[in-house]
Amino acid sequence: MTESTYRIQGATGEWEVVIGLEVHAQITTESKLFSGAATAFGAEPNTQVSLIDAAMPGMLPVPNMECIRQAVRTGMAIEAQINKWSRFDRKNYFYADLPQGYQISQLYHPLVGEGQIEVILDEKDPNSPRKTIGVERIHVEQDAGKLMHDQHPTMSYVDLNRSGVALMEIVSRPDMRSPAEAGAYLSKLRTILRYVGSCDGNMDQGSMRADVNVSVRRPGEELGTRTETKNVNSVRFVMQAIEHEANRQVDVLEAGGKIVQETRLFDPDSGSTRSMRSKENAHDYRYFPDPDLLPLELDDAFLEECRASLPELPGAKLKRYEEELGLSAYNAAVLTAEAETARWFEELLSEGAKAQKKSEADVAKASANWLMSELFGALNRIGRHLDDSPVTPAQGAELLALVADGTISGTIAKQVFEIMLETGDAAGKIVEEKGLKQTSDTGAIEAVISKILADNGDKVEQYKGGKEALFGFFVGQTMKAMQGKANPQIVNELLKKALA
Amino acid sequence: MTNLTDLTVAEIRDGVAGGDFSAREVASAFNVAVADARALNAYIVETPDHALAAADQADADRASGTLKPLSGVPLGMKDLFATQGVQTSAASKMLEGFKPEYESTVSGKLWDAGAGMLGKLNLDQFAMGSSNESSYFGSVISPWKGADGAQLTPGGSSGGSSAALAARLCPGATGTDTGGSIRQPAAYTGTAGIKPTYGRCSRWGVVAFASSLDQPGAMARTVKDNAILLEAMAGFDAKDATSLDLPVPNWEAALSGDLKGKKVGIPKEYRPDGLNTEIAALWDKGVAWLKDAGAEVVEVSLPHTKYALATYYIIAPAEASSNLARYDGVRYGLRNLPDGAGLQDMYAATRAEGFGDEVKRRILIGTYVLSAGFYDAYYTQAGKVRTLIQQDFMKAFEQCDVLLTPTAPSAAFPLGGNNADPLEMYLNDVFTVPASLAGLPAMSVPGGLSADGLPLGLQIIGRPLDEQGVLNAALALEERAGFTARAEKWW
Repeated sequence: MTESTYRIQGATGEWEVVIGLEVHAQITTESKLFSGAATAFGAEPNTQVSLIDAAMPGMLPVPNMECIRQAVRTGMAIEAQINKWSRFDRKNYFYADLPQGYQISQLYHPLVGEGQIEVILDEKDPNSPRKTIGVERIHVEQDAGKLMHDQHPTMSYVDLNRSGVALMEIVSRPDMRSPAEAGAYLSKLRTILRYVGSCDGNMDQGSMRADVNVSVRRPGEELGTRTETKNVNSVRFVMQAIEHEANRQVDVLEAGGKIVQETRLFDPDSGSTRSMRSKENAHDYRYFPDPDLLPLELDDAFLEECRASLPELPGAKLKRYEEELGLSAYNAAVLTAEAETARWFEELLSEGAKAQKKSEADVAKASANWLMSELFGALNRIGRHLDDSPVTPAQGAELLALVADGTISGTIAKQVFEIMLETGDAAGKIVEEKGLKQTSDTGAIEAVISKILADNGDKVEQYKGGKEALFGFFVGQTMKAMQGKANPQIVNELLKKALA
Repeated sequence: MTNLTDLTVAEIRDGVAGGDFSAREVASAFNVAVADARALNAYIVETPDHALAAADQADADRASGTLKPLSGVPLGMKDLFATQGVQTSAASKMLEGFKPEYESTVSGKLWDAGAGMLGKLNLDQFAMGSSNESSYFGSVISPWKGADGAQLTPGGSSGGSSAALAARLCPGATGTDTGGSIRQPAAYTGTAGIKPTYGRCSRWGVVAFASSLDQPGAMARTVKDNAILLEAMAGFDAKDATSLDLPVPNWEAALSGDLKGKKVGIPKEYRPDGLNTEIAALWDKGVAWLKDAGAEVVEVSLPHTKYALATYYIIAPAEASSNLARYDGVRYGLRNLPDGAGLQDMYAATRAEGFGDEVKRRILIGTYVLSAGFYDAYYTQAGKVRTLIQQDFMKAFEQCDVLLTPTAPSAAFPLGGNNADPLEMYLNDVFTVPASLAGLPAMSVPGGLSADGLPLGLQIIGRPLDEQGVLNAALALEERAGFTARAEKWW
């Protein structure tokens, strides 16, 4: 564990920043936490609302076990304590986006207890400091609806589509000491959630948002009073919010003021935070166990299924890529940063090993290099993502196999790939139709070489006179005459023989 | 031929099946009786067409040999159960005019069993009360009258149900019981009612008062009718997370008033100093009747009984304060939006206008006991005491099969008689609340009349899931009490 040395230089000296994050992650499920209503994003207002979500009289919540399962799997992915006995509580407050007048949450007995996440502050740097951030708990709770203030001059409209959607609240320990650490934690958490499949991590759609707790203190001294900045919805904004809020607190303290414990809002346009509600005006939520729900008791079979269904997680995967596939730390980090990238890469490996009748380790380096340089470059150019790549892993593997077995050269492979991107055709078909096959026909190559040497008698003389650099010229001429399809190794051998 | 409205549920069911009369004749007779008894204010909404449609279906089913368990039986539905397309008000201004698009599980099961609905029965507002005086639609007036001719309460909260049964405005009715709301009204009106084990009947579609205590149950004039109705109402419902996933026993078929080999416990703490002598005398009679039925009678102790009422009046209001938060004027029901008002003003105006005094009182108590700084002293403590009360019962049931107690500390009191002091009113629940806190099945049956000629009830409390034991002991009482008194018609 490496301690961060991030400090704010105040007029009166150095200040240390202490950060904790409460991340709300929408659980990926077809239906809501306590009702059968759908959860798809972007539906017409109030089209995904059950009688329960609208809190009609006499309606009752029934837990959706798929939501519980996903939260348990998430807990397992961060090596957290899974509580086999947990309970739902009601958090009572009045607001127009909260039809029941309470949110069903878990205060006293959360589903998931202590866990941890290891973050690498700079993934491109193999020697980057690593740090373990503690996770205090994960509990599940209902989301609220949404108010729309721009539909009517004097009224606000309510959209209850989101009302009752399942959230995980993932509460970190106040273990982060810099905006960069908080950013790395949030990114890593997002990666884990996407690997596990418990949250899509789409921060721009609100599927993941963070409440940022910030305080400042003199290094080594007691914790300062914290503020909570609500609903920050990107990694960059979280880092900005921390930076702004920490500096604001330093300014207040250095001017002799006191930090007020309060809830603040982040304004993405100015990158600053502003006060929303002070502690004196804080709600008394009157939490108590929800009497409509029995305690949640999980049996071993359920937990076993959750564990068995966990995918290989990013940390383990990165290690395996380095140790078993022999990839560089950087390549392994890039390929494991997103579940989708790793999935694509592993399919490419598996298809490649099949096509070349080799082990996955044997094809790993070439596959990684091609994916990271050729494919990523091309996707970037045409503005697409891996999940809608015009070239499939099987097609990529076929292309790489053609290079590996000498059917085409690396140069020709680049041309073939361009055609694949445009047409979606298979590499073999393109090579066949365009006649791009590399030739190893020594007779044909020898015929070309004799002609070139005959046409360039002067240069042959110079070469034989000691100007060996001219060898490259003869190779180039030969390849040109053969339209790039000659096997370069054979060209080399035959040229050397002919010039001897 | 007897008056059709005097028949029991069983007699109507069997008479329709046997062709003694048509279901339409029965429904029509009750429709007339209901329309003729508006002075009692037992029904908030009358639904004669619903009753007739079900009756016609029953008559058709008889012709085609496809009769159902309750074919031809018209019922009264407590207006706490959501009924599709029919006002479901919980006797509140807040929900006046609210017509749900859904049917509660329990009412749906009754209609599926062939029953019809005569109307929605009056109750204490949001089922909060013991006298039916907190209804926004006015008090229900008991068909029974005091010796001085005073108008009496039919009990509460299921006072519309008990009054309608006693006045022969329905042969059976639904009730809900949170702290005694089925048993106490039954006792006050000479009728019978059972609250089953918590979780037997689905709460889905029942306007919530206190979720951990609310339990739908049956009300009728005989024990057998209670068994018949409860069989149709009970059963697992996946839509209620507290519903019991157990088969419904055939309670009617297993009814037996022979208690040989059974032990009946008499909890000594239910006989406080100053217990009404008539109640004490009736209780003694009950003991003798159960002995006569073959039971052995033993004294048992429920030491935490004295804390039950206080515990109940913390837990029930706490849950109510949260359950009733949804009535905010935003989506349905009453909305009071003063000129230029904001959201908070709308909440305040709507809730001030839509809730009656008793409802507000309980919301305030509940909000208080859940507040920061008071939660542990009240709510947490009440939860612990509730566990102790449950353990008291479990210990007692090691010595006996059922418990016999009075249902209420007195006969029905005059309307307005207890209104000055809410605490006096709460004392009506003293014998019924403990079984509610423990989630136990419990039933009230008529035992006799007071010196003033008013009905008095006896309560049987049973082990969890032992509705059969409760019904059988109640049957033994019923067979020996020979209760035939009825209120003279004055309405």
